[in-house]
Amino acid sequence: MLSLQYTKYQYKVLVAKLGIDGHDRGAKVIARALKDAGFEVIYTGIRQTPEQIVSAALQEDVDVIGVSILSGAHIHHMNKLMEELKNAGAEDIPVVVGGTIPVIDVDELKKIGVKEVFLPGESLNRIVDVVRRLAEEKKKAEK
Amino acid sequence: MGNLYDKKSLNEIKNSFEKWEKETLQNWLNQVPEREKEFTNLSNIPIKILYTPADLEDFDYNAKLGFPGNYPYTRGIHATMYRARLWTMRMFSGFGGPEETNKRLKFLIEHGETGLSLAFDYPTLIGIDPDDPMAEGEVGIVGVSVPTIEDMKIVFDGINMGQVTTNMTINPPAPVLLSFYVGVAEMQGVPYDKIGGTTQNDPLKEFIAQKSYVFPPEPAVRVSMDLIEWSVKNLPKWNPISVSGYHIREAGSTAVQELAFTIADGIEYVRQLISRGLDVDEFAHRISFFWDSHINFFEEIAKFRAARRMWAKIMKEWFHAKKERSMWMRFHTQTAGVSLTAQQPWNNIIRTTIEAMAAVLGGTQSLHTNSFDEPFRVPSEFAAKIALRTQQIIAYESGIADTIDPLAGSYYVEWLTDEIEEKAWNYIDRIEKLGGMLEAVKKGFPQRELTEASYNYQRQVEEKRKYIVGVNIFEDNQVDEIRNVPLLEFDQAEIERRQISRIRKIRSERDKELWERSLNELRKAAEKDVNLMPYILQAAKAKATLGEIISALKEVFGSYVEPPIY
Repeated sequence: MLSLQYTKYQYKVLVAKLGIDGHDRGAKVIARALKDAGFEVIYTGIRQTPEQIVSAALQEDVDVIGVSILSGAHIHHMNKLMEELKNAGAEDIPVVVGGTIPVIDVDELKKIGVKEVFLPGESLNRIVDVVRRLAEEKKKAEK
Repeated sequence: MGNLYDKKSLNEIKNSFEKWEKETLQNWLNQVPEREKEFTNLSNIPIKILYTPADLEDFDYNAKLGFPGNYPYTRGIHATMYRARLWTMRMFSGFGGPEETNKRLKFLIEHGETGLSLAFDYPTLIGIDPDDPMAEGEVGIVGVSVPTIEDMKIVFDGINMGQVTTNMTINPPAPVLLSFYVGVAEMQGVPYDKIGGTTQNDPLKEFIAQKSYVFPPEPAVRVSMDLIEWSVKNLPKWNPISVSGYHIREAGSTAVQELAFTIADGIEYVRQLISRGLDVDEFAHRISFFWDSHINFFEEIAKFRAARRMWAKIMKEWFHAKKERSMWMRFHTQTAGVSLTAQQPWNNIIRTTIEAMAAVLGGTQSLHTNSFDEPFRVPSEFAAKIALRTQQIIAYESGIADTIDPLAGSYYVEWLTDEIEEKAWNYIDRIEKLGGMLEAVKKGFPQRELTEASYNYQRQVEEKRKYIVGVNIFEDNQVDEIRNVPLLEFDQAEIERRQISRIRKIRSERDKELWERSLNELRKAAEKDVNLMPYILQAAKAKATLGEIISALKEVFGSYVEPPIY
């Protein structure tokens, strides 16, 4: 079994496929790992727009948004998503992204407010740890 | 009969094997135990320490292997294989707009590529135009943008379409892209019987794995079968379908699942075509396949050999094909993109080499070798050239292609070929019980199997039961090594603007009446039980765009939305 520590509270994560690429293997594996680690996971399915993701995040009141993009269009789409989040007054929801993202793009993604960028080959344990830390920080900030 | 060993020799071998195990092996193991508790391949089949003739008891050479060019074709579909003609070196390529891709195709031809293969961008793959809001930021990134017949004309500018064959990796919009291709070939003066190539056109694996579906499963299969039926009657050199295991494997299946699900897809298509009143020998020889070649060397070789034997048997015994060619499994292979790593990216050249060797030892008809920089982006010219050279080194230096099926008779390879085949038949039985692959897909069966398999594999990696050099063993965190990979650079935003302005110009300059009539006729045809290909070809020639044609069909067929299972 994975050495995933179970979370004390059940945090809620939105796992979303932003853009029009169909590569959903990674998103599904991560959704499953988060679920096994005790998170409540909402998986959007493929071909989601920034508007759809923000609206799902607000409606479900999630603690973290995890985005998967394997089309190479991550800079464009993440810019739109972060903008949309701001417009909805929901920039307190931490956002992470993973996919076929070259390391040279990490700084730019962080500059626009993405909390963490998971590159190819990232371990599930670390993804789960980071998502949990972000969820905890958000809960603390709310108190 | 052609049993390899008589009973007496087998017994002698079995006895001496037992003696070896007891007297020699045990002593060694006592001193140095094995380095793993269990050795398994990527299909989780346990691998023994040693294979001997005892593993091939009752192995009938003639029934199981035969000779190249003879049933059941385990050793190859042609009698001469690579001694007469090497496999086609077909590099999947395309990026940016048609101008950039035209230049890349010419570069590859100049360096000895022997067949073309077009990669389309995401908007093209799902049948939307570059100015569709969903296409924003995606135009030209993962492949070339070809939304009109005019764009296709630029892709093939200066390339004689009567002298090259072209694979097009395109699925729901396949009839549209084929229409663009045929339309441009006509403009070049190429007659229909000289137009050669492949449309992937495999709808079921879209729902299982690739996820560039557009229409729901039933109309999706209808559109695909329309293309095949029309092509068989009009384009004698065209391969109208490439039944694809590649995406199934890349989406996380095992080798056994890739083999089983893909053959089950093929069975469904054959049934669909027969139910349209076609004779099996009229179309079966135009069906081609597409496999992944992953990193477990012998497993892949065994898979390719089992695939040929299974398909031959299905065509002969299930569908009563009479022509030899109907029983041939002709296939393209691509090395496993998913096996490449962003960490220590130069190692990918080695991975691709191993996988390409497996494909050649497995008897592939054509091959794409991935470039080492593909974990990051579509390949640079430099990286694509190394990938092509990898094939050329295997072909011209290694001697691997000098004799046919050189691993036949290996105790291990024959045992593994049988093992993989048996496990694949078990899956096919389960799919048959569900009512065939169309029904199985509607029930989500292969989708769930893939989700399980990919999660299981990822856990094996996390727990270091499967190794990936640079990822979970021999990591070195050399970020500079990654930063210094020379990636392909192009101005995506500029290409998107150019593609949008071109399509708008085409829309404003075309014959409105002709265009409108072609789309109306297409809509009406979609509601009836007629072949859509002539209507789509007519619309393409009337300069209807890809997005307009697909939208017209969506109005009749609806769009598919997948239940989000994980």
